[in-house]
Formats: sequence, C-alpha cells, structure tokens
Amino acid sequence: MDTDALLQVKDLYTWFELRRWGFARVGYVRAVDGVSFELYPGETVAVVGESGSGKSTLAKTILGLYRPTRGEIYFAGKPVHQMKAAGLKEYRAKVGYVQQDPFGALPPFMNVRRILEEPLIVHGVRDRVEREQRIHRALEDVKLVPVEDYLSKFPHQLSGGQQQRLVIARAILLEPRMIVADEPVSMLDVSVRVEILELLRKIQQEYNLGIIYITHDLSTVRHFSHRILVMYGGKVVERARARDLVRNPQHPYTQALLAALSDPRAENAHTLKPVPPGEPPSLLNPPPGCRFHPRCPVRIEGLCEREAPPEVETPQGAGHKALCWLYHERGEKKEEVAM
Amino acid sequence: MNSVLKRWAEIRRYPSAIAGMMIILALVALSVYTVFAIPYRQAIQLWRGGENLWIENPRNAAPAWFNLFPGINLPTTMVIESQGSPERKAALDLDGLKEVRIELPVSFTFDGFPKEISLFLSARYQTADPYITATWITPDGREIVLADQSIKREASIRLSQDTRLERRLRGLSAEIGLFADPNRQGEPVPLKGEYRLVVDALLFAPGDDLDAKLVVYGQLHGLAGTDHRRRDLTIPLLWGAPIALAFGFLAAIGSTLSTMIIAAAGVWWGRWVDALIQRITEVNLILPVLPILIMVGTMYSRSIWVILNVVILLGIFSGGIKTYRAIFLQVKESPYIEAARAYGASSLRIIFRYMIPRVAPILVPQFVALIPSYVFLEATLAVLGLGDPILPTWGKVLDDAYTNGAIYRGYFYWVLLPSALLITTGLGFSMVGFALDRIFNPRLRGL
Repeated sequence: MDTDALLQVKDLYTWFELRRWGFARVGYVRAVDGVSFELYPGETVAVVGESGSGKSTLAKTILGLYRPTRGEIYFAGKPVHQMKAAGLKEYRAKVGYVQQDPFGALPPFMNVRRILEEPLIVHGVRDRVEREQRIHRALEDVKLVPVEDYLSKFPHQLSGGQQQRLVIARAILLEPRMIVADEPVSMLDVSVRVEILELLRKIQQEYNLGIIYITHDLSTVRHFSHRILVMYGGKVVERARARDLVRNPQHPYTQALLAALSDPRAENAHTLKPVPPGEPPSLLNPPPGCRFHPRCPVRIEGLCEREAPPEVETPQGAGHKALCWLYHERGEKKEEVAM
Repeated sequence: MNSVLKRWAEIRRYPSAIAGMMIILALVALSVYTVFAIPYRQAIQLWRGGENLWIENPRNAAPAWFNLFPGINLPTTMVIESQGSPERKAALDLDGLKEVRIELPVSFTFDGFPKEISLFLSARYQTADPYITATWITPDGREIVLADQSIKREASIRLSQDTRLERRLRGLSAEIGLFADPNRQGEPVPLKGEYRLVVDALLFAPGDDLDAKLVVYGQLHGLAGTDHRRRDLTIPLLWGAPIALAFGFLAAIGSTLSTMIIAAAGVWWGRWVDALIQRITEVNLILPVLPILIMVGTMYSRSIWVILNVVILLGIFSGGIKTYRAIFLQVKESPYIEAARAYGASSLRIIFRYMIPRVAPILVPQFVALIPSYVFLEATLAVLGLGDPILPTWGKVLDDAYTNGAIYRGYFYWVLLPSALLITTGLGFSMVGFALDRIFNPRLRGL
C-alpha cells in the first residue's frame, strides 16, 4: 500500500442491482467496473469521460454516497469501504464536495450564513463565535467579500459564479484534505469557468488539497490537472500525466475524444471531424471483450471482441497506461498475423 | 423576514384575502375576548347550570336587535324589583305587626305582548308566614287582584300559569290579559302606558321584611336570543368561536404535520418503509371517517378532545401522503440533499431541516383551507348528537334548534346565527387559503 497517497482506490466496483417487481433480479448496472488510482496531497486528478461513463458514480462512491460493490478505498490509510456511521461522518468532514449545478446544490430556503453553518453544526461546532469566524474565513477564501454583504442573501440572489463560490466555501469549511469536484464548471457561464477553476487551484495550493476533478470537458483539463484518467463504460481506459495524454493520446477512444475538441481555426468550421460512430456502451449489458470495440476504428478482429484487454504500459512510458490490446504483445502479434 | 414581507405584499393584492384575513382576525379577537370575558368554568356553569340560573330570561326569545327593523316593536324583558330601590317600598309599623307596600312601575310601550309574566317574592321573617296581596293596576285604572295568599321565604308566582287568573281575564293568559286593551274586540291589542303592580304584605314581626321582583319576559332578549332552556345564546355563540378555531387549527396542524413528516420519512428511507406507509394509507383511505367517529362517540366518549385525537389519527394516513410523497420524491433527488449527505447530515436532520422546509410553503394554503373543514366536522358531529356534552359550541346550538323544531316553530334566529358564524368562518379561511394558493403555487413549478 502506498503510504504517501491521500486516497487510494483499489479495484473498485459499484454495481446497481436491477430488479423487476421489487424482488426478481434482472441484472446489474456496472457503473464503476474495476477502477484503481491514487491521489496525492496537492495533486489534481481529472476523470474524463462522456455521459454514462461512470465518472459521477465513481465520485459518489468515493464520497461514501454509494456503497462499493467490491474493492477498496483508503483515505489517509483508513479503509473507507469498511467505515461505520461514526467513521464515515469523520471522513466526510475531511472530504469536500463541489457539485455541478450550484443553484441546485444550495438549499433555496436557507441564507448564506445558514448554509455555511449547517456543516459546522453537523460536525459539532457549538460555539457561535467560532462558527462565525470560520464562515468568514471560508467566504474570504472564495472571494465573496465583503462577507457581511453576502451573509443574509439567499442563493437565488447570487449569480451563478457566486453560487459556485459559495458551494466551494461550503466544501472547504470543514478544512478538508480532499475535494471531489463533479463537473464544477460545466453549468457555469463560459466567462466565469476559468475564474472558478483558478479559485480551486489557489485553494488547493493554500491548503495542499487533493482534488478529484470530474469533467467531460477536455479543454480545461490540461491546465487544471496533473494527471488524467479517461473513463469509458465504467473502466479507466487510459491514464497519464495531463500533458502527455493530451499530446499523445494512446487509446483509440481518447484519440477520438481529443479529435472531437473544437478547433479555433476558421477553416475547420466546415469540415466534419472523424468521430467514432455508435453510442456509449450499455452498462447493463456491456459488450464482451473490450468495451470500446464496437466503435473502435482500429480494433483487432478475433481478439478485441472476445477478451477484455489488460492495462498495459504504452510506449510513451512514464506511467502512461492504456487499456488496449494495441500495446500488448498479443495484440502486436495479431497485427503481424493480419498483415 | 424579508420573504415574509414580500409574501405580505403579494397577499395584499388580493382583496378576497384581505377580507378573509379580517374575518379570521375578527374571529380570533372574538375568541380572545370571550375567553377572558367569560372564563371557561363560568361558561360551562352558565351552559349547564339549569333553569334557575336563567330564571329572568324568556324561553325562545329572538335577539333584541330585531326591534331595529322598521315596524317591529316587541317587548324586551323587564325586571322591576324593590331591592335596591327604597322609593318603591313603604313600610308601616302597627304595634307588633308591620305592613309593607311595594309598588313596581311597569312602563309598557310595545306593540306586542310579553312572553310570560312572573312575580318573585322573598321574605325574611321569624315565625309566621307573611300574607300578601298583589294587585295589578292598568293605565286606565282597572285593578286586578293577582294573588292573595300567605307565602314562604321564597315564592315564585307564575302568573302565566295561573288558570284561575286566566279565567278571570276572559280566557286570556296573564301575559296577554293583563296588558290587553279591554275596549278592542277580536284579536287582543296591548294597551300602552304606565302599569303598576302593588304588593301589600302583612308581616308579623317588626324585624320582618319582604322584597318583590316582577319579571315581564320579553319576546326579544339579548344579542342572540335565548333557547328552550332560557339560556342566553350569546354564551354558546361566543364560546363556539374559540372552540371551533382551536379544534380546526389543532386538527389541521396535527394531521398535516404528521402526514408530511410520515411522507418525508417514507420517501427518505424508501423500500419497505415507503411500501408500508403507502399500503396503510390506501387502507385508511377507504375507511369511512364519519361512521368511525360516530362509533367512538356512541361507544366510548363524546369529549371533544377524544374526538379531536381520533380525527387527527384518521387524518395522518390521509390522501395528503400521496401528494406530499410525489413532491418529496422530487426533493429527495435535489443536489442539495446529496450535498448534505456528503457533509455528514443525519437522516433525521435531512428530513426535518432539508426536506420538510422545502415543502412547507406549499402546505400553508392547504393548511389554511383545511381548518374550516374540521370546524364543520365538529358541527356535523354535534348535529348528529355526538357533540361534546359539556362544551357550548355552534354545532350544539344547531343540534338543540333541530331537536326542538326551531324551523317549524319560527325560531329561525336559532338556526341562522350559528350557521352564519360557521359559514363566515369557512368563508374567511377559504378566501385566505385560495389567495395563498395562488401566491404559493407558482413556486411548485420551480421545485
């Protein structure tokens, strides 16, 4: 076990049981299907994937909102997957959660002071003065100043960017060591996205936080994360340092994702981009073999649709790994045979 | 605070809401006044005390304000007594004996006859019973002897029931015969003017004394009239207000709050908890409320508090659960609930601090509109003879009116006054409730 890691996720599975008539088991939705990674203090790991890739389920499992079906989660060496109510509560104080929809994430009937008081009350901060001080500090940290102007406002009186700052303030209020940000800027105006991401980075540096940044937006990922995990059909298909992954994507899926990124050059406005056909895989009945094979432009017939690929080191090295037969010796041999 | 002010500004745009609120405020003010002016014990005593308490009231008299209508000039009750008015009493000492003469003036200026007439005498004496003669002197000088007898310490001479007197008055009972104009033929017509009742008493010791009280019962009495037991109807009409409001409010708050909490808990814990709550609700929905209440009333207790509890109990698993459940299912999926779980809020905290406050504003108009339905339920039970046997309520008055055939006998005030109060109460709450519904409901879409 890696003792330096803030968070260690080992072979995590989160499946949801599907039942008919309330008891007859029909099958499982395999939202997270064998994910492992580590997060170190001060580091940002981005989890990238399209809708239905299981990235939000991964986030919620890490937060303890879903029980993992199998696998282990260690936070600062402690097993989260075995925690009982009391331990889980303590763990939750150390993990902040920033959601996608800032307005929805704030109870509409509470004002700013009340919203920020809630976590403190839940975690037994009895002293009124101390609560007030911590609320002030958190609001100053997220640049909602002057603090007094905001304390008695209700969420609907704040702009989208201010609401998300408030959500971040709530997330850091309990002095967490890790923040899980589930698409923190995707519902915000483009003009404030960078601002919010910069704020998260500043807070990260100030408190040496580990951040799990969940997004489907590859364009911001390079600048705001150290490492990237690409998820597809509940599995991590590629992992690498941010720059390496964006420059040299190895997995065909990642390559397709990056190719689909908008390109600012004017002549490209009229060209169609090569996007893999088909739909994201069903998580209830995932395709056999590699989950990407029905859409894969370079699939190896006879191998990819039969056997699930293992995670292999790509020729790029430096921890750049992909879940693809292309980089496995068996895949290489097949290719030779095919030629 | 801000939001309350904003709501108030919105409410003010609806004249019906303002009118309704004024009705509710008036009812609340009336209740507060009643509870302080006629304390509970006193009210119960007046309501249940029997006829002796109300001896000076006529039976089944209409309210006194009937005289305000043009063309109506009916007698109200007159009580003329010697006690406290020494000028009405003259005493003459005849060695050993004492003669007392009491003159009670009756100024009669009405177009109708009184309902009844009675003379009450109270004597203080040592040995022998006093001997009295009562004489009625009409404005035109006729003298009619009403009584000529010895009396005990307390004597009630019910002139209207004296058949011998009736015969002497040419077959007219005292309250008519004594006041009728002898010169008119046919239907008797009252003779207006100054009447006098003279009581001559012979007492057998110098220390003895006698007081007389003449009660001319009017056809009209008090603010609300009287019932068949001479009780002043202002008592039950006034006390009906606090009881109705308390019953309606408690039943509404008890059933809506518990319904909402249970719906929220069912949605939050889901699975078998939710299923159980839904099944209980479905069974409860087909149970008839009124027959159950009648059963409880006949077989167990008719106390309003027992009935209130049964009403609340039956109201817990009401159709409201289904409505609230639909809303809570939406609320449960809100990201802010997820956020609360993520920072460690407990299930109970989430239910009470995050789910219920979200739905509470929707509840307010329903709650306000629900109050009168419980007020009516209480009245319904009373009319069915299952009202609280002790408390004076509007329903009780209606019940008495019904069992005494008020409508057939023309005592329509007896039915109309409590009905008007019930309808006004319902109207007030409904107008406010509907206005609140219009104000609060657009927000439902924003859930």
